[in-house]
Amino acid sequence: MAHINVPEGVPGIRSLVMFRPETGKHLYELAQVLLREDSPLCPADRELIAAYVSHRNHCMFCRNSHAAAARCLYHEAASVVDAVFLDMQEAPISEKLKALLNIAGKVQISGKAVTAEDIEAARQLGAGDREIHDTVLIAAAFCMFNRYVDGLASFTPTNADDYAEMGRRMVEKGYVLPGER
Amino acid sequence: MPYITLESHLPGITGLLEYRKDSAQPIRELTQFLLRGPSSLSEGERELIASIVSSGNECRFCTTAHTAAANMLLGENETSDKALKDIATAPVSDKMKALLVIAAKVRESGKSVTNEVIAAAKAAGATDIEIHDTVLIAALFCLYNRYVDGLDTFTPTDPQYYENLADRIVHHGYTRLPEGYDHLKKTISS
Repeated sequence: MAHINVPEGVPGIRSLVMFRPETGKHLYELAQVLLREDSPLCPADRELIAAYVSHRNHCMFCRNSHAAAARCLYHEAASVVDAVFLDMQEAPISEKLKALLNIAGKVQISGKAVTAEDIEAARQLGAGDREIHDTVLIAAAFCMFNRYVDGLASFTPTNADDYAEMGRRMVEKGYVLPGER
Repeated sequence: MPYITLESHLPGITGLLEYRKDSAQPIRELTQFLLRGPSSLSEGERELIASIVSSGNECRFCTTAHTAAANMLLGENETSDKALKDIATAPVSDKMKALLVIAAKVRESGKSVTNEVIAAAKAAGATDIEIHDTVLIAALFCLYNRYVDGLDTFTPTDPQYYENLADRIVHHGYTRLPEGYDHLKKTISS
C-alpha cells in the first residue's frame, strides 16, 4: 500500500503523476530532456546511468524499468546492463563510460563526494564539460526520482516481464504522461 | 573553480540553470509550482523544508539561500534557526514538525520513510497532498544539492549575496528572469 491515496495497481511513478499531474508533467518533461533529447551521451548510456544510480539507491522500480529501457537501446549488447550491476569496473563498457558512471556513483552518495580527480579521470578519457554536466544532472535527478517513488511507497511490480514491457514503451514513446499517447 | 566552465557572475545553481536551459526549464517550473503554487502549506513553510534538506546534505549555497528566503517570508529568523538545529523543539505546529521529519527521512533515502512517520503526520492533520508535496520538495532538493556541489559551483560568502537572491526568489519566484542575468555581472566578484 502506498503512503497516500494513489490509483490502485498502477506501478511506481505513474501512480504518483496520476495523483498529482501538476507536478508530474514537469517531472516527465525533465526525464524526456535528460534521457532522450540533445546530449553528447547516447540514450542507452544515459538510461544506464539512471539505472546504475537507482540500483545504488536500491530503488527497484526505477532500477528495473530503466535497466529494461537500456537493454532495449543496447540491442545485442543488452548484457552490459547486468554486468554493470554486478561489477561496474569489470563490465565490458568503454573506460570513458566507467569514469562517468564513477562520477554518477559519487553523486549518488553526495554532491560533495565528487572529487577533482574523478572529473580529471573522465576528461583524460575524452569526456567534455557537457558529458560531465549531463552525467551529474542525470545522477542527481535519479536521486530525486528514487526518493519520490520509494518515499511514498508506490507499487513496485516484481514480475520481470512487466519491466520488459515498460522498457519497450519508454524507448518507443519516450516519457509521456499516462493517458497521453 | 567549478568542474565545468560556468559564467563567473552566476554562483551556485544560478550558473547551472543558465548553462543548460532546456533541462533548467522543467526544474524551474517544478520548483515554482511546489514552492510558490497553490498549497495549504505557506511559502515560508515550504522554504523551510528546502532549507532543512539542504542543511542535512551540507549544501551551503542552497541552505543559506533557502534559509534567507524562509526568514524573509516568515518575517523572523527564530523558526529556521531552531528548526535547523532540532525539529522536535522548533516553534512550528505539530503537523509541520511531522512533515519536517518526513523530509529529513526522504533526505536519507526514500526507504527511510516509515509507516510510523506517515501515520504521525496524518494524525497531526496532514493531508495526502501535503505529504506528497513534502516528499517531492525534499526529493527535489536532493537533486539541487547534488547538482550544485557535484559540479563544485562557486559558493559566495558575502551574506548580502544571499539577501539579494532571497529577495529575487521571494518577489519574482523561480522562473527565469525575462531579461536574463547579465545585469548581475558587476555585483559579484569571484
